[in-house]
Amino acid sequence: MSDIAHSAPSTLNGRWLGHGVVAAAIAATAILFLVPDILSPFAKYPDALVIPFNEWVGAVMAWLKTNFSWLTRWLAGLVEVPLRFAFNLLAKGFKFGTGEAAWTLPRLSWLGVVLVMAWLGYIFGGLRLALLCGLGFLSLVLFDVWNNSMLTLALIIICVPFCIVTGLAFGIWGHFSPRVNRWLITPALDLMQTMPTFAYLIPMLLLFGASPVSALLATGFFATPPMVRATVLGLNKVPQEIKDFADMAGCTKSQKLWRVLLPAAKPSLLIGVNQVIMLALNMVIISSMIGAGGLGYDVLLALRALKIGQAMEAGLAIVIIAVVLDRLSQAIAQKRPEAADTRAFWARHTNVALAIAVLLLTTALSLVFPALHTLPDSLTFTTAPYWKAGVDWITINYFDAIEAGRVFVLLNFLNPLRAGFEALPWFGVLLVLTALGWRLGGWGLALVIALLTAFCAATGLWVPAMQTLYLCGVAALVASALGIPIGLWCSRSDRVSAIVTPIIDTLQTIPSFCFIIPVVMLFRVGDVTALIATVAFSIVPAVRYTNHGIRQVPHELLEAGIVSGCTRWQLFRRVQLPVAMPEIMLGINQTILLSLAMIIICAMVGTRDLGQEVFKALSKADAGRGIVAGLVIAFIGIIADRLITAWVQRMRQRRGMA
Amino acid sequence: MSFKRTWKSALFAAVAVAAPLLAPSPASAVESNDPIKIVLFDWTSVNLNSRILGGILENLGYTVEYPTGDYLSSLTTSLTNGDITLGLEYWDTTAGEAMKASEATGQTERLGTLGPKAKEEWWYPLYMKEKCPGLPNWEALKDPKCAEAFATAETTPKGRYVGGPVTWEGFDDERVEALGLPFTVIHAGTDAAMFAELDSAYQRKAPVMVWVYSPHWAPAKYEGEWVEFPEYTPECYTDPKWGSNPDKAYDCGKPFGDIWKFGWAGMKDKWPVAYKVAKAYQIDTNELNAMSGQIDLDGKSIEEVAAAWIAANEAKWKAWAQ
Repeated sequence: MSDIAHSAPSTLNGRWLGHGVVAAAIAATAILFLVPDILSPFAKYPDALVIPFNEWVGAVMAWLKTNFSWLTRWLAGLVEVPLRFAFNLLAKGFKFGTGEAAWTLPRLSWLGVVLVMAWLGYIFGGLRLALLCGLGFLSLVLFDVWNNSMLTLALIIICVPFCIVTGLAFGIWGHFSPRVNRWLITPALDLMQTMPTFAYLIPMLLLFGASPVSALLATGFFATPPMVRATVLGLNKVPQEIKDFADMAGCTKSQKLWRVLLPAAKPSLLIGVNQVIMLALNMVIISSMIGAGGLGYDVLLALRALKIGQAMEAGLAIVIIAVVLDRLSQAIAQKRPEAADTRAFWARHTNVALAIAVLLLTTALSLVFPALHTLPDSLTFTTAPYWKAGVDWITINYFDAIEAGRVFVLLNFLNPLRAGFEALPWFGVLLVLTALGWRLGGWGLALVIALLTAFCAATGLWVPAMQTLYLCGVAALVASALGIPIGLWCSRSDRVSAIVTPIIDTLQTIPSFCFIIPVVMLFRVGDVTALIATVAFSIVPAVRYTNHGIRQVPHELLEAGIVSGCTRWQLFRRVQLPVAMPEIMLGINQTILLSLAMIIICAMVGTRDLGQEVFKALSKADAGRGIVAGLVIAFIGIIADRLITAWVQRMRQRRGMA
Repeated sequence: MSFKRTWKSALFAAVAVAAPLLAPSPASAVESNDPIKIVLFDWTSVNLNSRILGGILENLGYTVEYPTGDYLSSLTTSLTNGDITLGLEYWDTTAGEAMKASEATGQTERLGTLGPKAKEEWWYPLYMKEKCPGLPNWEALKDPKCAEAFATAETTPKGRYVGGPVTWEGFDDERVEALGLPFTVIHAGTDAAMFAELDSAYQRKAPVMVWVYSPHWAPAKYEGEWVEFPEYTPECYTDPKWGSNPDKAYDCGKPFGDIWKFGWAGMKDKWPVAYKVAKAYQIDTNELNAMSGQIDLDGKSIEEVAAAWIAANEAKWKAWAQ
């Protein structure tokens, strides 16, 4: 990035020139916006010039389907073997034979799984973690969601290691060849993360079939990028001294990588693992739509019947699995490797032996005591009626007040803003964005942004794209306005932080679908509901990064400030905030990307933008249309990301932190 | 040597134990042990039908799996290549075009009707009749006072009608225009959102006009009526001259029609008997509504209700397999 930044105008003259160019672009846009008739082809993209990307992509997909189905199906068959095994082991049981001669080897008993989880927690994290893991999984049994929880868990257990290994491999490649990283890996990751899964669901179904395998691949596709990023970042951050030391100690290349670089990059890698687990669990709703079943399916089914409580319980089960897996994986990774042990296998692995014994024993017992296979209904309980009663109570008592607020916001802010965005002239927006790109990142960035913006217009999807921009923009603004202060508050008090962290963890992992339907009951379908759902999801990084950014301000700087007599406010305003600014901006960047990711969910409560376009394509099984709409969403995200990254870079350089 | 021998005998023993388990047993002489995949969607009645038919086929010795799928796109993706063998509820009212597209591929087959008739239309709770006494006749909605009774702050003076997702073949925007109704059409993105609006309004006895369809639990749970529009004919949708508005099509109610079963075209040859059963499978409307009620309102599990039906109707399904 630094070479781009150098070519940006930086002298005083250049700075005035830069301001001038951006101002001119804005002026041109304003003219096109106010009097669109003078140069109407530049205000509204002419229909005659729409390039039929839809049909091209569709044709490519059809060709792939006819010529490569054998390959994709073979791959699907390969992946299916371990997946089926995990499904059978944890949830379905192994079925042998057919018809009346069929008999089933039961799945692992819930008691065994709960005990082993607690035991794992104890080994790696002591009593606290043991309680968390054990009670967490026990609650899945008690709330009677065990079966589908295990389906989801099986998918995650097979998927996550796969994502981690692939992510590591690509990350290492990216570290050793920066050019590949910059021109191939990074753009690919951007696309994978910003393109909504629904957009490539149809090609996925055609190539890999409606089976858990498709679900697994879609999950992997979405969840691997953070692992790659974390690996590249972690390896690049390893201090030069450590690398030199490895060379001096006479390490071979592979020794250097495995024994020195990767262990040194461990903190970054752990963040990657955490994100893989979280994102994989984010996908459960979608994977349930293409054949995986599990908790996501429970959520969908319950909501179709307006069983809000059941949906909420299934959603919370996803959160429980996420929290347990996350804390456990962190604890496992923190554990120091012990010295090599030369005892016999079983002696070395008493824990493994014990765990297997517990599983076998409880499972065998479940043949005799069916309660160990499936807990009888009389022992399970549900909180569902309370959720429903709570929502009903709010509906009956507070609807009118909420309605007044909703109408006020809608009529005074959202509707006019939306109309404004819809009328934005495409050429003007292209000019402004390109000018900004040039100003912040030089010619290279300007060119990339101009091409991406032009693509959005040339697909003929300009108006939906602007509607998307409007909703995401407002959502990101609100999320930042709420999230940054909360993050600041967290950074100043450990107690607040301890309360807020589990809440944002929940917001990130609970499927938005669970709470979006109750929100509809209070706020009706439409933009306000969509906004609430989007903000609830995208506020998470704003809080997290702000908190993290302020907390990592070097202690010396703070002391220097105190010594020179800063008041608390000055310390915050002049030292902490400026130093943490790049981190906060990254949080805003993530907030924007997450808002974009919610566009699809918003389409489910009646917004009309690119999300709806993707849905229409899905219902018509039109692969080309879905992918093109998905690309436009992705490009909006990439443009925002590039501009903010360039801005952060400039800010860092100005503060001498690059 | 002795080590080798023990190893070998152990292997033989293992094979001897495993063989009868793995080999297909003669008791179930079905054409193929490959699983028949009956898709589950995200509403109750279709899943109930899938479990009933699946249960019957299991009783006949077939292996049955129940993958989850997406309603409209399954017709032109998974059903065409056999990833899904059977889908039991495709409604004329929402999937008409998708079914035609599916048949056009030549890789799927329409397996006849399920039995119950699909009905969908604009629907209002009974308490709204006081404010708009001319209902259920649609002409009452043309009265501005009546429309205003259905209005919210942002649609005033027009009434607010919550229609289905844009992906459903609803044509409500066209209908409002063709019939000159003073209503604004709001599209709910999913039907869960649509019924959430209904539930919220019904609890508050607040005005609501919404798209309701049957068979569904909603008409059983809430008291209300369908608006009576001029009856649908295919010409109404295609020929502007038809109906009260000579310049526009869609000047009539929504289509009603059948619910269809679809199968993968290869099923006929691979599992002939199962194919015959799937084709013959039908269910009575009242029976289906009663069973859906047991599940959605009384809290029984789908599997339980399906098993009860199979046990009670053994003679019926045994005849289908003949």
